[in-house]
Amino acid sequence: MPRQLSNHFLPLPNKNINSSSPSIGRCNLVFSTDLECSSLSSMALRTLLSRRTLAAAVRPQLGSTLGLRSLVTFSLPDLAYDYGALEPVISGEIMELHHQKHHQAYITNYNKALEQLELAMSKGDASSIVKLQGALKFNGGGHVNHSIFWKNLAPVREGGGEPPKGSLGWAIDTDFGSLETLISRMSTEGAALQGSGWVWLGVDKDLKKLVVETTVNQDPLVTKGANLVPLIGIDVWEHAYYLQYKNVRPDYLKNIWKVISWKYASDLYEKECPVH
Amino acid sequence: MGSTCFHTSAAPSSCLLSSTKRSYGLHDLKLKVPISRTRKVSKVLAFYGLRSPPYKLDALEPHMSNRTLEMHWGELHRGYVEGLNKQLERNDILYGYTMDELIKATYNNGNPFPEFNNAAQVWNHNFFWDSMHPRGGNMPTLGLLDQIEKDFGSFTNFKEKFVDAALSLFGSGWVWLVLRKREKRLEVVKTCNAINPIVWDDIPIINLDMWEHAYYFDYKNDRAAYVKNFLDHLVSWDVATARIIRAEAFVNLGEPKIPIA
Repeated sequence: MPRQLSNHFLPLPNKNINSSSPSIGRCNLVFSTDLECSSLSSMALRTLLSRRTLAAAVRPQLGSTLGLRSLVTFSLPDLAYDYGALEPVISGEIMELHHQKHHQAYITNYNKALEQLELAMSKGDASSIVKLQGALKFNGGGHVNHSIFWKNLAPVREGGGEPPKGSLGWAIDTDFGSLETLISRMSTEGAALQGSGWVWLGVDKDLKKLVVETTVNQDPLVTKGANLVPLIGIDVWEHAYYLQYKNVRPDYLKNIWKVISWKYASDLYEKECPVH
Repeated sequence: MGSTCFHTSAAPSSCLLSSTKRSYGLHDLKLKVPISRTRKVSKVLAFYGLRSPPYKLDALEPHMSNRTLEMHWGELHRGYVEGLNKQLERNDILYGYTMDELIKATYNNGNPFPEFNNAAQVWNHNFFWDSMHPRGGNMPTLGLLDQIEKDFGSFTNFKEKFVDAALSLFGSGWVWLVLRKREKRLEVVKTCNAINPIVWDDIPIINLDMWEHAYYFDYKNDRAAYVKNFLDHLVSWDVATARIIRAEAFVNLGEPKIPIA
């Protein structure tokens, strides 16, 4: 396992980089073959390595006008739990399809769109750049949204379903009255959303207020306000529940709260709205 | 008023069932005539009925399973009809419309009323079941094929465009082969959610449901296989031909080729 990991580029600040690796643009990269790798599990490392730099060394020396740019592409983040861990709320079949097929497809298409964007930008092709925005928003949004979604879910034995404590709990009581009100509001809005989209609990980081919003298709929460930071997102696309709940989206929304983990949301809220 | 009230969950046709003779045009939308308050009538319980597909629910196997149709028609389509009827119970302004008129009225030029989603989805699904046939697929013939070749170059080109439109649709929606009234030509269009080309006065010829519920049981996320199977095995070109023949009464597609002498 450590041998395989040595193929990945790992920025390790403590290493002496002057000797071996050439300076590639502004990225000083180093091959890591050491014990640092073997001490981390492969899954944890793969979540660290959610960005892979296409080897700039592979590219031939282009003209100085272009410089040496490396395109950062994305890869599928691992779940912190097994596919079947959220049963019976969300079936293992749905989790596997959702993660390995849908999310992966968004990432693949996002990378493709990014490559096409880079090509269009280097050629100065303005209309192509604009034409790609739809694909970028859809697939990039899909990747961003689903990455948040996986962190919002946790098996019951790891805290899924436990109500939020700390400053987020207080903020919910202040802004919505009670957790039950918030949950029923989000479930209602999610059920009323026509077609595909997401329902969000976000925080306006300037006004320090919690908001409930919905977005269509794969639009990220920022499309509803540049100051909004997503805390909890619930996927109400049919692929998220159809195999198990059929067309009864309200049942899915009622049950999903049993596996929503408020830990990620609390930590992020405390970061955005620190208690003085 | 003598309205007949009967529950119509399995009615044979999806046209208006209320026996009122008044017809509300679009200009009547401003009138709020509270029919229920002017005279004592028995409340009309249903306005539109659920029409069955022209084939048994398992007839489209293996391309569209019995399970999908049971859910898609039996639960979802039925749900749209019942939802629409419930909404219309509360709103007597929208009384007396045919389905087409109801869709155009509730679309409200791009700012749709809540009834639009249900009305349009009822219409779209009726159209969809009719657009398919157990022995469908193959190629269109005669005039329809000529028109497709004239507007797309070749039938293969049309299929490519149709598949592209279906696969590039973001989110939920429908893909249509539509006869554009103004441009007087066939085009492939994709629409979001429940939107229907009749709101733009165009005439649909066939459609394909690209909402995930239409294919998820059978194909999971493999949309390409779903669209391909629809075009190769399910689409009913006979029905499409009948539709374009009817459309020629409204759109002048050119002079007929009558041989001279």
